[in-house]
Amino acid sequence: MDVRTDSESVLPRIDTRQEAVRVRGLVKRYGKIEAVRGIDLTVHAGETFGFLGPNGAGKSTTIKILCTLVDASEGTAEVAGLDVATERDAVRRNIGLVFQEPTLDGYLTAEQNMRFHAQLYGVDRASFARRNREVLEMVGLYERRNDLVNTFSGGMRRRLEIARGLLHSPHVLFLDEPTIGLDPQTRASIWNYIGQLHRHEDITVFVTTHYMDEAEHCDRIAIMNEGLIVALDTPAALKAAIGKDRVQISTADDKAAIAALKEKFDLDAQMHEGLVTFAVAEGAAFVPQLFEGLGIAILSVTVNRPSLDDVFLAHTGTTMRDAESREKFNPMVARFRGR
Amino acid sequence: MSEVSVAAVAVPGGGLLHEIRATLTVWEREMIRFRRDPFRIVASFGQPLLFLFVLGGGLGSLIQTGAPGVDFKTFLFPGVLSMSVLFTAAFSGISMVWDREFGFLREMLVAPVSTAAIMTGKCLGGATVATLQSIVVLALAGLVGVPYDPVMMIEMLVFLFLMSFMITALALVLAARVKQVQSAMPMVQLIITPLMFLSGALFPLSRLPDWLWWVTHLNPMTYAVEPVRSVVFDRLDIDPALRAVLDPGIVWSGYQVPVIVQVAIVAVCALVLLTLAVKLFARTE
Repeated sequence: MDVRTDSESVLPRIDTRQEAVRVRGLVKRYGKIEAVRGIDLTVHAGETFGFLGPNGAGKSTTIKILCTLVDASEGTAEVAGLDVATERDAVRRNIGLVFQEPTLDGYLTAEQNMRFHAQLYGVDRASFARRNREVLEMVGLYERRNDLVNTFSGGMRRRLEIARGLLHSPHVLFLDEPTIGLDPQTRASIWNYIGQLHRHEDITVFVTTHYMDEAEHCDRIAIMNEGLIVALDTPAALKAAIGKDRVQISTADDKAAIAALKEKFDLDAQMHEGLVTFAVAEGAAFVPQLFEGLGIAILSVTVNRPSLDDVFLAHTGTTMRDAESREKFNPMVARFRGR
Repeated sequence: MSEVSVAAVAVPGGGLLHEIRATLTVWEREMIRFRRDPFRIVASFGQPLLFLFVLGGGLGSLIQTGAPGVDFKTFLFPGVLSMSVLFTAAFSGISMVWDREFGFLREMLVAPVSTAAIMTGKCLGGATVATLQSIVVLALAGLVGVPYDPVMMIEMLVFLFLMSFMITALALVLAARVKQVQSAMPMVQLIITPLMFLSGALFPLSRLPDWLWWVTHLNPMTYAVEPVRSVVFDRLDIDPALRAVLDPGIVWSGYQVPVIVQVAIVAVCALVLLTLAVKLFARTE
């Protein structure tokens, strides 16, 4: 998804001169464990910035430091130009937070939850009435404003939390796994709301996710692994940096095809999913050469651009899914997550 | 998603006014939740009734107060009122464990307000709910020989409010340490029951054995219950000698502690507990 293809592309909404988030040499230690091991990070104003990594990689800790919930052991962090360590309340007034865990009061109505938030953030009554309506309409919940939150579905609650996070017009909206535990359709609609935010708001979105496909929605992404940022760029640039496309062909004689690929093109091919599979730079451009030079009848061809999964694999040596399942058996990391 | 243009709102800086507003917001939430659950009033009414008429009636037949017109139930009435307030306030405070479990605590703690404002709001909320509920019990005064004196009623409500503020703060301190919803109830029982039994709510403070004297007089609840009882006994037309037995006041080695000092002790305890709760909750995030 390229958000800059719509009408507002005339004016670049991302202002690279403005820094929404600025992190330098950030370290967080819990006892002897270093959860964050010295990271630098700059998020430009107006960006949708994706922060990826398996649980336990340190991204939750980093986001908590940025939201003033946890103190850093070393280094500095600024959000909206304010120091998280020394200007706590000012930072909090300028950020919106949506956590993975729900933080709504189910015994209050949607509007009562909103009003509670507005009052804690010092939004005056007149602004509240207008702003409440705007953000609730934006997430399609204005009609349900007088219903108890207990009657809402998971997706509706998440939308309400996003609306609430926007209520006080924050400069930076932090979304920690906004789609976790939601069905694919609801996930897509949440991303739709996030994508359209920039149309209405002068806002920077900082979002963590471990669904690699969702990271495609971001302007830039950072991949964090074992307390360090291992990659940081646009999704397209990260994928381009991987270089090779994945080509799968079915042929009249797969064994001969594998031998021919080695012999004529010096490519190492293997059987995957019943197809001859190999990696090559510029896969689409390679296909004509393949037809010309292979000498074995080709029945079908698919060429896949590298996905962010491949990016993640290249930078961490493991897939996101493997990293997740392995981590489940690590009691230390599990304890960490609970923090 | 509808195509609305959303205007930004300007959020002002902090300041005392903002803190007060935040406190009232937290208080208001407690009120909304209280209104939404009328069954709570009914449920909280049962236990005091049981204590007053069953325990009071049963023991009253054994205990001769020594004078006609002063029923054991009359003596028990301020104690039972205190007890009902004690439980309601304790549950209000411990409800913070649920707020943590359901995430709402976080919504409060990440806001640009002090933890003190939030905890004060919670205590005011707990105290208001407990005091409102005590009115239901207070309405029974006539049945146990306590006159419906408006000034007395107001005095009692003020003392009960202060008492429940202190107890809510105490329960908040506990809630800061209790991480599991399942542990919350046993915790309340563990702390609240002894506080109640060792406070003079259910028996006179006169003629206590030594050890019990010490325990009761170190218990802040004693200083919260005694003012309530004393305003009731002020309105009863009884022999001073009998009052000395039933409502001896609080005496520190010969010094009769005035009600105002008792109230001050409760207020100081409430502030200390509130401060402690603020410290503990500020640290958990």
